[in-house]
Amino acid sequence: MQLTKSSSISLALAAASAQLLSNGAQAEETNQWQFDTAVLYYGEQDRVTAVEGVINAKKDFGDNHIFNGKLVIDGLTGASANGAVPQSTPQTFTRPSGKGAYTVAAGEVPLDDTFHDTRVQASAQWTQPLSDTLTGSIGTNISAEYDYFSLSVNGSLAKDFNRKNTTLSAGLSLAYDTIKPEGGLPVPFSSQYVFGGFNDDEFEDQDDNGIDDDRDEYDATRAKSSDSKTTVDLLFGITQVINRRLLVQANYGYSQVDGYLTDPFKMVSVVDNQGLLQQNLYENRPDSRTKHSIFVQGKYAFDHAVADVSYRFATDDWKIDSHTIDTRLRVNLGDGHYIQPHLRFYQQSAAEFYRPFLNDGEALPAYVSADYRIGEMDTYTLGLKYGMPLNGGDELAFRLEYYQQSPKNAGFDAPGDLANLDLYPAVKALIFQVSYHF
Amino acid sequence: MRSKLQKLALALLIAQLGGCASLGVQPWERDLLAKDEMALDAEGVDIGLDDHIYFSKEATSGGRSFAGGGCGCN
Repeated sequence: MQLTKSSSISLALAAASAQLLSNGAQAEETNQWQFDTAVLYYGEQDRVTAVEGVINAKKDFGDNHIFNGKLVIDGLTGASANGAVPQSTPQTFTRPSGKGAYTVAAGEVPLDDTFHDTRVQASAQWTQPLSDTLTGSIGTNISAEYDYFSLSVNGSLAKDFNRKNTTLSAGLSLAYDTIKPEGGLPVPFSSQYVFGGFNDDEFEDQDDNGIDDDRDEYDATRAKSSDSKTTVDLLFGITQVINRRLLVQANYGYSQVDGYLTDPFKMVSVVDNQGLLQQNLYENRPDSRTKHSIFVQGKYAFDHAVADVSYRFATDDWKIDSHTIDTRLRVNLGDGHYIQPHLRFYQQSAAEFYRPFLNDGEALPAYVSADYRIGEMDTYTLGLKYGMPLNGGDELAFRLEYYQQSPKNAGFDAPGDLANLDLYPAVKALIFQVSYHF
Repeated sequence: MRSKLQKLALALLIAQLGGCASLGVQPWERDLLAKDEMALDAEGVDIGLDDHIYFSKEATSGGRSFAGGGCGCN
């Protein structure tokens, strides 16, 4: 009897608690799951097209114990510069997989049109207070593609001072990436074998059916099927409230990457003193890279607008220095509507081993790449976002941006016919995004 | 170059720390800072998407957050 009574009291208490909890949850909007979703289209003129979808889910489980999960899926198709120089005649290249060839028109920068991949990325982050002034966070990230896999873990601590006007933070991230392209990884500096091309000896390699299959020549340019790299990132930051309107952040980042850093799809052309192609060699990059960055950001609250301005300086032992300025100005139009112009400028110097081409007869350097993405380059982005409120606190936003890359000649004299060809064509892209927050 | 940068970072940190005592606001002065759009990660999804594009197309990554590996993007 006693037992029953006690049980019913417990039940009543539990019911009352549940009632209180559910009322509390209804009242406390931040304890609900918050979803940020977006679909982004990225389209380059004549080159890569990508579509990317994101779902970000966040929930505060109480007392700032916050879970954040993110799922990204993207699909990519199109053509990417293979590193070779244009010529006044059409050129033929072997596909990286070794299955067939593609032809590039006279005067055109060679683009490899084989790229198509789907990537799935999932990440999870848990953040919680460890004391009144200390917050800890741990997370993991996985990214998988047909020929690429990346796994990383991270942890960070943030300590508040000065009535939470100052926050110092330190974080560590470890990543392990593997690459396994179809057809394997090329032997650095080996000469690309072109099926049916100038170095195809038609009658030497016949298979059982008497058909020329050329596998030996192609296989001789292949090293191994896969390789990997590790990345250690350290990030130290300070966030400071300056006054009622201004907040600033400064970060120092250190990154150490070791392993396979070469791009297996890229080549560098060897040309004679008339600028005529002699052969295309697979590129070779150093197997380590040490990077440093300084990032400074300020956010300023106007009465009806928020300005977000950041600057990043980065340098590394490949001798690539870069400057980035990124600015956003959110202008509140009233009733939750806003527009947000976006401006970004980026400038980088060339890696010390970047060469747009090699000259026939010169001694091969230890490392070389003709990838314009590690050459001298300026880029800019111009964008505009419009956001509008929907029922129940939901928000819909549209973003349209224009991105242009302008590779530069870092002081290389083009011999003969190459001087008449565009070795550094601009890359132009449109970005369109729809976001929905609920 | 490395040591120069490290000194610069350290100098920045010390300069900021030195100023801390007189900088900042009282808890009741956080009305503007507390707005969603004033959060440093207010544009989280947009910034994530942008970082992926620039990571693929430019030689530098990270700074705001970890530079990390991630994809074999072309």
